[in-house]
Amino acid sequence: MSIAHSDQSVDALASELSPELISHLNERALFVRLETIRLISIAKVGHYTSVFSCAEIFSVLYYDAMRLRHGEPKWEGRDRFLMGKGHAAVGLYPILADWGFFDRSVLDGYTRLGNPLGDHPDMRKVAGVDFSSGSIGHALSGGFGMAMGARLQNLAFDVYVLLGDGEMHEGQVWEAALAAAHYKTSNLIAIVDRNGYQLDGKVDDIIGIEPLADKWRAFGWDVHEVDGHDVAAVARLLRQLKAETHREKPVCVIALTVKGKGIEYMETEPGWHLGWLAEEDEKLAIEEIKAHGGAQ
Amino acid sequence: MSAPVSPDTWQYRQINARAPGLSYLSNGLIDLVADGHKIAVGTADLQYSNGLSRFAEKHPELFIQFGISEQNMVSAAAGIATTGSMPFVATFASFLALLCCEQIRMDVAYSALPVRLIGHHAGISLGFYGTSHHATEDLAITRSIADLTVVAPADGPQLAAAIRASIHHPQPIYFRIGRGQEPNVYPDDMVFEFGKAIVHAQGHDLTLIATGSMVHPTLAAAQALRASGLSVGVIDMHTIKPLDREAVLTVARHTELLITVEEHNVLGGLGGAVAEVLADVGHGPRLVRHGIYDEYSLIAPPTHLYRHYRLDAEGIEAVAREALVQEDKQNVR
Repeated sequence: MSIAHSDQSVDALASELSPELISHLNERALFVRLETIRLISIAKVGHYTSVFSCAEIFSVLYYDAMRLRHGEPKWEGRDRFLMGKGHAAVGLYPILADWGFFDRSVLDGYTRLGNPLGDHPDMRKVAGVDFSSGSIGHALSGGFGMAMGARLQNLAFDVYVLLGDGEMHEGQVWEAALAAAHYKTSNLIAIVDRNGYQLDGKVDDIIGIEPLADKWRAFGWDVHEVDGHDVAAVARLLRQLKAETHREKPVCVIALTVKGKGIEYMETEPGWHLGWLAEEDEKLAIEEIKAHGGAQ
Repeated sequence: MSAPVSPDTWQYRQINARAPGLSYLSNGLIDLVADGHKIAVGTADLQYSNGLSRFAEKHPELFIQFGISEQNMVSAAAGIATTGSMPFVATFASFLALLCCEQIRMDVAYSALPVRLIGHHAGISLGFYGTSHHATEDLAITRSIADLTVVAPADGPQLAAAIRASIHHPQPIYFRIGRGQEPNVYPDDMVFEFGKAIVHAQGHDLTLIATGSMVHPTLAAAQALRASGLSVGVIDMHTIKPLDREAVLTVARHTELLITVEEHNVLGGLGGAVAEVLADVGHGPRLVRHGIYDEYSLIAPPTHLYRHYRLDAEGIEAVAREALVQEDKQNVR
């Protein structure tokens, strides 16, 4: 059974979001986009658009929702973060460096020989990465295991798993969905980055996944939908979930997002799942992102 | 309830009593808990087949039933391992090593997490259940996964000893075990050392290197060969990876013929591993790799299959005698 909060308490939580915090979260999303462009300029190929759709989600998770300790990537009480869509790791690395988990200079060698930072995150190489990924469909199972591990070890952390919407095609996601509902791992929060696109085109043209919220509800999860680019809305929802101490279900947040958010021609051209901005285009992209101030 | 109509009548849930070797699995894990080790145990709808029902009754709070979701089980075990509990997850070797191959590589081995994967009913030990339930490729698959230790205990006591020893083994492990009907080779108090082959006997005419379920029939075959006046060595190569190269090289210096015996395809498993060692040094005795000769098994009860594929004591003895005859012919040439 889900214990919903009264409107009043939700409002009270919302009122805690100061304009300064909202501004900070938007600024951090801008930071993620600009750093993504900078790092991909080193590799000369990367997943810009996959990061841009979840830049605000990264920002809210790491700068408001998650319990973390600066410089202590292995603190056992920390909230965990796993990425089913590991190809967005380029947007996460600058945040992990910002948290003091490794030196910022490591970012400058992104994808170069011997550097720990690759297109997909590796927990053995990168401090702050809680679970390696790259093969789509494993992360929710890994997160479910961590949520069970918290129970076995009497720890109170939450586990956030960012999933791509194309990832909904993987059968293992639904194995994990069944198990998490069965074991009532309420400390497990899946966030589906519903940006609508995968490599070969529109998710709903390739193998349709709607009605997505109904599917998760039918699997026994609490489901919330949110504008994934509205930092205040995302932060308010994640705070509300933290406050639901009596919840007995895992949670699925369907974040409605735009692939390539922040750069107009990326938003409208699905071919940008993987690409590289050459010099002049890179300058224009940075100008456009700065002009929008992130996603605002 | 009425009494069983015949002594052969039994229920699925009593299977544990009929597979004494598997009782060592649950008991070994129960002992770990008693010794204060933080472990978690899981299976995928096979708690009666592998006897983990015994563990589940004793420690329900440490037991996770994953249902028929093997891939979820393996990835979740990796997640559990990140939180400080050592997970032991078990299912048929076919489903573990073949269905979950990528989860094992990505989430367990590549991530270097201390997960213990227990593939039971390996080889052709599920008899007439057929190829879907046979695992004659699992050693080849798991052996090629970096940072994964691969162990095939010969019997229950060796399995229990290996489970005990695994507490201090930092790498992830794939345990390959049989169906629990293997006669005991070792006493209950045996001590297990990863990567250290057990030399049962040394011999200069031939040496048999066996692993897992094949150790017991190989020892019996060696006994029969000795009765003909042959000098026969036997090595239990329980750890397939890292392979005890020294044991292979040492025996290669003192024996004229090597025969590997495994309930596995002759490609890529124990035979392949020993062949690689001999090829690396570039000289040594002739090697005969005995096992399943790159084919899918027939349908039959397990003991009938072992006889058919010459994986019982008589079959192994016959394979050895044929190899010795060929050896003589070569020497004449």
